[in-house]
Amino acid sequence: MIETIGITVLWIFLYGYLIVGSIDFGAGFYSFYAKITKKEHTIRKVIDRYLSPVWEVTNVFLIFFMVGLIGFFPATAYYYGTALLVPGSVALVLLAIRGSFYAFANYGARESNIYLFLYGITGLLIPASLTTVLTISEGGFIAEEGGTVRLLLGELFVNPYSWIVVLLAIVSVLFISASFLTYYAARADDHGAYSLMRNFSLIWSGPTILMSFLVFLTLSTHNPEHFQRMVEESWIFLLSLVTFLAAVWLIYIGKNLGLAFCLVALQYAFAFFGYGATHLPYILYPHITITANVTNAEMGITLIIAFIAGLLLLVPSLFLLMRLFIFNADYVRGSNQLS
Amino acid sequence: MIDDPVILSRILTYATLGFHAIFATVGVGIPVYICLSEYIGIKRKDSHYILLAKRWARGYTILVAVGVVTGTIIAFQLSLLWPTFMENAGQLIALPLFMETFAFFFEAIFLGIYLYTWDRFKRPIYHWLLSLPIVLGSTASAFFITSVNGFMNTPRGFIYSEGAFTNIQPLVAMFNPAMPSKVSHVITTAYLTGAFILAAIAAFHILRGKTHVYYKKALHLTMIGCFIFSIATVVNGDISGKFLAAYQPEKLAAAEWHFETEDRATLLLGGILDPDEQEVKFGIRLPYALSILAFNRPTAEVIGLNEFPEEQWPPLFIHYFFNLMVVIGMYLAGVAFVYLVFYYFNRFNSLHPWLLRAIILGAPLAMLSIEAGWIMAEVGRQPWIMRGFLTVAEAATTSGHVLEMLILFSLLYIALGLLVPAILIRLFSKRNAETELEKQHVIL
Repeated sequence: MIETIGITVLWIFLYGYLIVGSIDFGAGFYSFYAKITKKEHTIRKVIDRYLSPVWEVTNVFLIFFMVGLIGFFPATAYYYGTALLVPGSVALVLLAIRGSFYAFANYGARESNIYLFLYGITGLLIPASLTTVLTISEGGFIAEEGGTVRLLLGELFVNPYSWIVVLLAIVSVLFISASFLTYYAARADDHGAYSLMRNFSLIWSGPTILMSFLVFLTLSTHNPEHFQRMVEESWIFLLSLVTFLAAVWLIYIGKNLGLAFCLVALQYAFAFFGYGATHLPYILYPHITITANVTNAEMGITLIIAFIAGLLLLVPSLFLLMRLFIFNADYVRGSNQLS
Repeated sequence: MIDDPVILSRILTYATLGFHAIFATVGVGIPVYICLSEYIGIKRKDSHYILLAKRWARGYTILVAVGVVTGTIIAFQLSLLWPTFMENAGQLIALPLFMETFAFFFEAIFLGIYLYTWDRFKRPIYHWLLSLPIVLGSTASAFFITSVNGFMNTPRGFIYSEGAFTNIQPLVAMFNPAMPSKVSHVITTAYLTGAFILAAIAAFHILRGKTHVYYKKALHLTMIGCFIFSIATVVNGDISGKFLAAYQPEKLAAAEWHFETEDRATLLLGGILDPDEQEVKFGIRLPYALSILAFNRPTAEVIGLNEFPEEQWPPLFIHYFFNLMVVIGMYLAGVAFVYLVFYYFNRFNSLHPWLLRAIILGAPLAMLSIEAGWIMAEVGRQPWIMRGFLTVAEAATTSGHVLEMLILFSLLYIALGLLVPAILIRLFSKRNAETELEKQHVIL
């Protein structure tokens, strides 16, 4: 029971990071793109108005997932902690560069191309490096010998599955972000930004679905057990495909863009939860399962209570944040006074 | 040493925490004064205080951004460098770690709102209300994370037998004996350091010849904070001494080079130790003071280091860090006291250049004292990572790549350490207070 609640909560937060983080990461890239192609005025303003108030919140989803994972499944700290020192540190440095340079560029005195470049490029490198953790969780990349755990970096580099996952992560970031910014630009009545972001949504839609199929294909040889379970639950992945098609259609005809973005979010929700559910009971093939490695009942229950109390605090706050900055038409259009 | 993952992991953790401590301390300390200043500004209808809050918030945002970044790094590095510790900690002390992320989440949300809604509310007091969650969230973060640190010093809330933990009580672990003294010390010193940094900025401008009353208001508000929290720091520093005497006597003994258990113990400041003879040359001795610090009685018996096996002694150099912390604490309290006396007795000039210089010097000293305090607290816990249960050497990663990571992160911290001050200086010199004040007058 505790393990089910725990992993569900964690997966929801990781999904939250996937969406919020993708919007943020992709926006960084588009922001840089706008700068170098001198289309600044069309999309930079839109991106800045969305990003500035919420960028800090993004990171927290990731920290929350990590801390919760160790709380509910302490053995993950040992395995992943030992194995991921190098890739984890690289991802951390990228996150650090991104976070601080965003603040420097945005609140600092000078607009600098270097800052924007770092901000844009880390937006693609971070998801690429973070998703390797999901690849590693499929097993085959961690060796346990003589009481120590070691990451087989060489194996990871020559494995087709791991590269396909990286590509999927990058195109997904660009697609999710573009579909959100299409909606945001439309609400802001910014036509230049809107048509640019709509084009980007359509451009990246094809590759995301292609990469998803390739992920299925390569997983079937890399981890046949997991693949088999995904085939058994194929309905959820079909739902994901249906929502994808509907979203692309809406973006193509340029109507109901808010709904279109929700459909994109749903597309990823179906795929992500389908992937996660079929991954269980393993957190790390074949070393850690949620049943064998769940924390003690006392800690588990206390964490769940703390989580509920925390949600009571956070949900209204997040609601306020969204109301003020995302769903507030005046703010989105650039008017400051609160009506 | 260069290929010992234990030592390298310790150095890397030290580098991260030493760097993070700067931003975390400022991150907890400064919101209090932003909140106070905005409130005073609204209540007295004094636009100077509002501008003060605005400018402080602007600088604070940059510092918080770096604090978020270094905080993320240490959150992950705990698992990357100390996997065995986190595997154990996950079972025992996950609760405050988990709650800390909530507190941080809460703070991050409202900071985002606060910064972008200065002019969006019809009643300014609504905007002020948004500052409360920032103060609460950042202080709660300090509370929860310090509670984890307290647990490392005095692990409680479980029974350890045959290699397994049973009878786990998360709340007992969280409210461990070290928690109250540590939490209060961390929070009051953060408020104190935040105040001194802001006071030093105001003092610096006055010393450079700025005459606007804006700076005097800034100086006075923050110096009151300095005084209140320096007194609070002295009080809970004393409580911390009593906690150590009762629960971690080896740390207090090592910090004081107190080898033989004896009553009427003397407090030692400075000095040079001959470790073989256990004799101290030079140094200032205060008779009875260690007994008073430890038990409030001049005749009380204080346990000496020789009661413990030598392999469990903390490194003896923590004595100097302990002294540094205490001496700076006294200095800060003294400067704040002198300022207030000068301010309220018209015979003296509270803006005397030498007093201003002393205030300016207080800011770096306060930060130095924070660092010294953490070194004394963490090195003084050696060889344990969970006192009595798990040593640092058992907990460290076995990876062979810690050195490369140490170099990587050191470069990052050097780069950030150089950029942050440069960017802050540029930010504030480009939009100086005088021009902003003039703009305000047009509106008012």
